[in-house]
Amino acid sequence: MSQVAESGTAHLVAVESPVKRFFRATEIDTRLLGMVGALVLIWVGFQVFGQILTGEGVFLTPRNLWNLLVQTSAIAVMSTGMVLIIVMRHIDLSVGSLLSFIGVVSGVAQVYWLAPWLGSDNPFIWIAGVLVALGTGAVLGAFNGFLVAYAGIPSFIVTLGGLIVYNGAAWWVIRGETVAPLDETFELIGGTPPGAWIGGTASWVLGALICLAIIGGIAMNRSARARFKFPQRPIWAEAFLIVIGCAVTLGTVWVVNAYPWPAKIAEAYANDHNIPIPPEGGEALNYPHGFAVPVLIALAVGVVMTFLATRTRFGRYVYAIGGNPEAAELAGINTRLITLLMFMTMGILVAVSACITAARLDAASNSLGQFDELYVIAATVIGGTSLAGGVGTIYGAMLGALVMQSLQSGMTLLNFDSAVKDVIVGSVLVFAVWVDQVYRRRQS
Amino acid sequence: MNAQTQPTPLVEMKDVSIAFGGIKAVDHASIDLYPGEVVGLLGHNGAGKSTLIKVLSGAYKRDGGTILINGEEAHITNPRDAKKYGIETIYQTLALADNVDAAANLFLGRELRTGWGTLDDVAMEAQARQVMGRLNPNFRRFKDPVKSLSGGQRQSVAIARAIHFNARILIMDEPTAALGPQETQQVGELIKQLKAEGIGIFLISHDIHDVFDLADRLAVMKNGRVVGTGPVSAMTKDEVLGMIILGKCPPGAVPGPGAMAA
Repeated sequence: MSQVAESGTAHLVAVESPVKRFFRATEIDTRLLGMVGALVLIWVGFQVFGQILTGEGVFLTPRNLWNLLVQTSAIAVMSTGMVLIIVMRHIDLSVGSLLSFIGVVSGVAQVYWLAPWLGSDNPFIWIAGVLVALGTGAVLGAFNGFLVAYAGIPSFIVTLGGLIVYNGAAWWVIRGETVAPLDETFELIGGTPPGAWIGGTASWVLGALICLAIIGGIAMNRSARARFKFPQRPIWAEAFLIVIGCAVTLGTVWVVNAYPWPAKIAEAYANDHNIPIPPEGGEALNYPHGFAVPVLIALAVGVVMTFLATRTRFGRYVYAIGGNPEAAELAGINTRLITLLMFMTMGILVAVSACITAARLDAASNSLGQFDELYVIAATVIGGTSLAGGVGTIYGAMLGALVMQSLQSGMTLLNFDSAVKDVIVGSVLVFAVWVDQVYRRRQS
Repeated sequence: MNAQTQPTPLVEMKDVSIAFGGIKAVDHASIDLYPGEVVGLLGHNGAGKSTLIKVLSGAYKRDGGTILINGEEAHITNPRDAKKYGIETIYQTLALADNVDAAANLFLGRELRTGWGTLDDVAMEAQARQVMGRLNPNFRRFKDPVKSLSGGQRQSVAIARAIHFNARILIMDEPTAALGPQETQQVGELIKQLKAEGIGIFLISHDIHDVFDLADRLAVMKNGRVVGTGPVSAMTKDEVLGMIILGKCPPGAVPGPGAMAA
């Protein structure tokens, strides 16, 4: 039986088209390509549509793309955890409410407890604020996980309860007030003040480092495979992947550097540093934004979570449990502990997003993170994660978050009514999943 | 093979019972296994064969009875414990994680790691290629999730997993159910080879011919109870069918608690 199958594939290889050979050699996920295609379509669509409607396409400007990245950060961070939760055949509906609860607790800690005690300009406050957030997230996430794994309550119910409970708890902590302003250093996490932009040089350096990492990673993989004399990807395929990876990286750096500081901020900076202001005004100083802190946080989270998912036993077990929970159990995996740890990780990621969201608004209120659970799940699903479990990637989910946010901000730029926006975003979600299903059926 | 001349059995399960919600799936069953021996376990669907064996592999916790490994009482409450005693199992369902590749399944729960504590996928693939080369030389699809493999290929992944970690006791639950004639024969060869290495094998099957070909002794179960055990050479196929269907213990076998009153 196996011989027939093997010679069958060999025969196919011989006659396969150049396009097919290309995808097999480069091991590019064609669904990823579909998603990138959708993203490009959305971006160009909004640009053209804007041009027609308002006479000025503003979507594909460095300024908008820079903002898009900042706005995507919080959802992207949470989607990296949601992928793995869904891969394990669970769901977390509580992330939005948990975000607001964590944001409020951290805000209260900074403003009402720590500032009066340590003095409002104490550099320790922002660290404490972040630690309080991460700690709260870890404990509550672990509690969710405990109820799912050890008490055996379906995650849908546990986290639906959590959605309601944390929503109430957030209101209860501050009685509907808004806590503001937050610690000044803490604010940098949100990317709003000038100090939260790393600038042109640092961005280029970072971009170069990422390119080196891409090349190094591919080279290391090659040498490891050579050590065991495994079949290698063709050199041209490796080169292609390197070129694409570096082009995307450096292109992104170019875009974030092409967005100069707003005139007033640039002028204030120039005054402080005795730099003459050109007659055209602050814009002409051309200080590049570079990457914003929340974007860097999201990138770092993406790298860490990808590492966790693909290079550690924990990640391997998460996927194995999603593929076949019974088999994982029989293989001696402590599935309950893995489940608990996964929910705890989700809680920590929610805390990271809570810091980003609260810092961006420079305020904590119980309306933070409203409906975020829906956006996070939508981003994850658009990113190719199967709700049946077992299948999903971190980068897919982050791209999904970018797709969702592109739709949102594109429509905002065109002054769409928020009701219309909801209708469209919801429809796109359903449509995207349908397309994906059709694609998968064709594949198999 | 004469059990009396052997010093200590590799496995001795005594009076093992397990019930699910009042139904006695296994009722005071006792079986044993010696090194280099194949014991066939026969019975209808629902006779309790798989359940009994899952007690040994740690998948189920028994309600009563003892398990001795090499004459010493073994504490088996989960699959990890069983593996510590060198008990490996090929489940009827294969128990593969469909969404990951062959090497990941082979090492599931026992991953090789680099000095950094990360997964050493390359080393795992290398060993997977080695062991799969022995079992199924035509196997090439090391990068594909096992979901996309044929029944026979999946089966060889499950078998590879069981024999790769120096098992002393091997449980094979319907190992040839998904296989064609040629592959069934390969599994037969493998069983003989493992036997020669001194591994004890429990072979669960409802195919009486398989068992007659490969087993040294057999035990028949009916309604959760052992009807009888005895050497294959002392029984005819008809007698064994009588045990399976009627619970009638032939003279060549030692009657168990499930034997029909004579």
